[in-house]
Amino acid sequence: MLLEVRDLHVEFHTRDGVAKAVNGVNYSVAEGETLAVLGESGSGKSVTAQAVMGILDMPPGKISSGEILFKDQDLLKLKGEERRKIRGQEMAMIFQDALSSLNPVLSVGEQIGELFTVHRGMSRKDAKAKAVELMDRVRIPAAKERVGQYPHQFSGGMRQRIMIAMALALEPSLIIADEPTTALDVTVQAQVMDLLAELQRELNMGLILITHDLGVVADVADKIAVMYAGRIVETSPVHEIYKAPAHPYTKGLLQSIPRLDQKGQELYAIKGLPPNLLRIPPGCAFNPRCPMAQDVCRTDVPPLAQVSETRQSACHFWKETLDAR
Amino acid sequence: MGRYVIRRLLQMIPVFFGATLLIFLMVNVMGDPIAGLCGDKACDPATAAQLSKEYGLDKPVWQQYLTYMGNVFTGDFGTAFNGQKVTELMASAFPVTIRLTIVAIVFEVVIGISLGVVTGLRRGRPIDTLVLILTLVVIAIPTFVTGLMLQLVLGVQWKIISPSVSSEAPFNELIIPGLVLASVSLAYVTRLTRTSIAENARADYVRTAVAKGLPRFRIITRHLLRNSLIPVVTFIGTDIGALMGGAIVTERIFNIHGVGFQLYQGILRQSTQTVVGFVTILVLVFLLANLIVDLLYAVLDPRIRYA
Amino acid sequence: MPEPQPYDPAIAGTGAGGAMDLAISEGSSLDGGPGGLPKDPSEKARSLWSDALRDLRRNPVFIISGLIILFLLIISLWPSLITSGNPLKADLSKAQQGSSPGHPFGYDPQGRDVYTRVVYGTRTSVTVGVCATLGVAIVGSFLGALAGFFGGWWDSILSRISDIFFGIPVVLGGLVFLSVVTGSTVWPVIGFMILLGWPQIARIARGSVITVKQNDFVQAARALGASNSRMMLRHVAPNAVAPVIVVATIALGTYISLEATLSYLGVGLKEPAVSWGIDISAASNYMRNAPHMVLYPAGALALTVLAFIMLGDAVRDALDPKLR
Repeated sequence: MLLEVRDLHVEFHTRDGVAKAVNGVNYSVAEGETLAVLGESGSGKSVTAQAVMGILDMPPGKISSGEILFKDQDLLKLKGEERRKIRGQEMAMIFQDALSSLNPVLSVGEQIGELFTVHRGMSRKDAKAKAVELMDRVRIPAAKERVGQYPHQFSGGMRQRIMIAMALALEPSLIIADEPTTALDVTVQAQVMDLLAELQRELNMGLILITHDLGVVADVADKIAVMYAGRIVETSPVHEIYKAPAHPYTKGLLQSIPRLDQKGQELYAIKGLPPNLLRIPPGCAFNPRCPMAQDVCRTDVPPLAQVSETRQSACHFWKETLDAR
Repeated sequence: MGRYVIRRLLQMIPVFFGATLLIFLMVNVMGDPIAGLCGDKACDPATAAQLSKEYGLDKPVWQQYLTYMGNVFTGDFGTAFNGQKVTELMASAFPVTIRLTIVAIVFEVVIGISLGVVTGLRRGRPIDTLVLILTLVVIAIPTFVTGLMLQLVLGVQWKIISPSVSSEAPFNELIIPGLVLASVSLAYVTRLTRTSIAENARADYVRTAVAKGLPRFRIITRHLLRNSLIPVVTFIGTDIGALMGGAIVTERIFNIHGVGFQLYQGILRQSTQTVVGFVTILVLVFLLANLIVDLLYAVLDPRIRYA
Repeated sequence: MPEPQPYDPAIAGTGAGGAMDLAISEGSSLDGGPGGLPKDPSEKARSLWSDALRDLRRNPVFIISGLIILFLLIISLWPSLITSGNPLKADLSKAQQGSSPGHPFGYDPQGRDVYTRVVYGTRTSVTVGVCATLGVAIVGSFLGALAGFFGGWWDSILSRISDIFFGIPVVLGGLVFLSVVTGSTVWPVIGFMILLGWPQIARIARGSVITVKQNDFVQAARALGASNSRMMLRHVAPNAVAPVIVVATIALGTYISLEATLSYLGVGLKEPAVSWGIDISAASNYMRNAPHMVLYPAGALALTVLAFIMLGDAVRDALDPKLR
């Protein structure tokens, strides 16, 4: 296994109290595999990814327990300098908002190239040539001419391609993409997603795709982990989850995708709001919003139950949910 | 870019003439320019009338101003109270003040920015609180008090420096006066850098740099500092003019024969030509420094394009 | 753009006013909620004030500086509360003597009691600071608000004029102005500070007025035919007040410092006025042998300026929602 996250807990110490952002997450990614992590904002999907990358702001963040095994070594036990050498070389991250995630005062060539000068000790000239090569690879037209330009001179889609080029530069074995297409126009979204999927196949990388958009996931992901209030509530191979969700939350998410064959009907929306992480409801965190909630849901935290060989669900009533279809 | 510079230069013209006219009026109308021309003695009426005519002081003020400005543009700044040419005074005074200003700017850049970076990265820690309180104290104590204290302690009691600077005013004698001149701005540079660093340290692009596995030192110098220093450079640039004009107090304390000293003498002796001449140059320096800062801004921040 | 600390031209000559009013107008930009009806920012302003007040009550810096200022105000109104001496009574035989019972700060070069003079000097400094700040705030916000509200040629002319005033280094301007407008009262000094200080406040007032003016609700009020003066008072003024107050509080400290500096240079107040600046200037010649004559007035001066600057700092932190 390329990456295994085991029972990860992350807390944020704020003025108003301790926010439990991640509460015992387990997931794994193999080489060449794509894991989609799905959830609303505040579900802990980005925090988990940041913990894996080692870019969590500490303080206020704190990894209170758990293991992050990358190529069989626990990243949380590494020293700062060893950890740093893994970032960029072995694993890389693509962020949501490329405009703010790129340094406004350095040219894109410098920003891509510095990976080579820092990690590979290349000369600036060679690094620049590499940057042009990478920009070609992510299909930025006229890469040679544009390598000296600054982020604000590129369009949104082109900027995200630059982020991708930066992530791919040292051919890492794991890429984490945090909502890579959310900030883009719909037409551009598909292009960027296809490019990412294609490069992933070519380089046989593991990919963690963080998103709140089920529509994006279907074509690229191998398996899905659905997160809610810092826990994984359902994991499944991608096609099975669309056919028959085993958790009411997943079901609600699926029902709230607009569909062409349901013209004229009112679009479904999960009632209520995501929970406040300072005061996560007792029992199943989803219970106040769940149409199937019973008394047991308000008292007992549902364990992640094995639904089938490849599927798990953290719902007391996963059988009923499955059958309800 | 070229058009922007020209537009800015054109905009400077009314400000330049406005500021010099203001000073000219103050000195000329409210004071008695004749008094200064007879040296320390009072003029007798006949000499006064003659001098009035000679210097064109019987003409309306606006005509005097135009004549004066006309002369200035041919390089004639008139005569000081002791018969010396004002340009000669300038030639001896400006190099001294420029050296003093350079020392002050070096202090602002080296100490101010370093302290700002250190505290900005350790916001809320003891070192941050300590430096913040120190900067407030420095801002609160007027420059002349700081100057007198340093002179007393370092010059008189410990005898590390000489309490007054020789007339050649070499760099090594200007270190403490330069620090005094810089003190308040130094505190502002520290606070400005601190705020800027702390704000930028949370920026997304810094997180990206961390995710790229760059060493901490590189992240700070290459990514964080480049962005954070933009407002600081603006401040320091604008400060050049202010420091040269504000050097009067420092120069008086340490007996430095620079621009402030000459101006002070000029004012005491009501030498119109000296005062207006020096102020004209100072205003010009101030305006040019502002222009250079604006242009530098475009170099530091590629997002800014002047049309 | 990161917010620069308010920077007062009164101390270092001329200032980065442009950068500052940019930051402040950003900080105080008040927009109606997304999609909702445009909110009257005077409501938002009220909650801003009550939030600020709650923050300030918990801020030790505010409490300490507030208490110091309260004390200074009281002794400048009634100096006899803490001293029974006469600041002008000189006894040359005691000149430059150090501390003795009943005269904790010793005597000055003319044998006057330093403690009494420091106490009475408070009145001068506070008067100059308060009057100059009030004058600058009134003139500056009036002219700035006019420029911001009416725009056009008013605005251009005012901006150019304030550029001219910014172009003159303050100490220099003070030397020239006060060497021709003389007198031993505080009024020429205050007049000069207003003359050179107003553009700083005017820029801020202008910036806030422009920000507020662009709000939907002001546009709506205008469409409904509200008169200009009514709109200025009812909608624009309450929102422009906060940044002006912050900068004015900090400026108050620097005006006190400027008065002392000008008096030290011999052009501010003159004997027989009682001023820390005059005393420091007179005593500085004897600093070698009797440093106490400089240290006590200098300490009082520094403490006073520090109190006002800290108060302004605390108020700014409380009023600036960006820093929360």
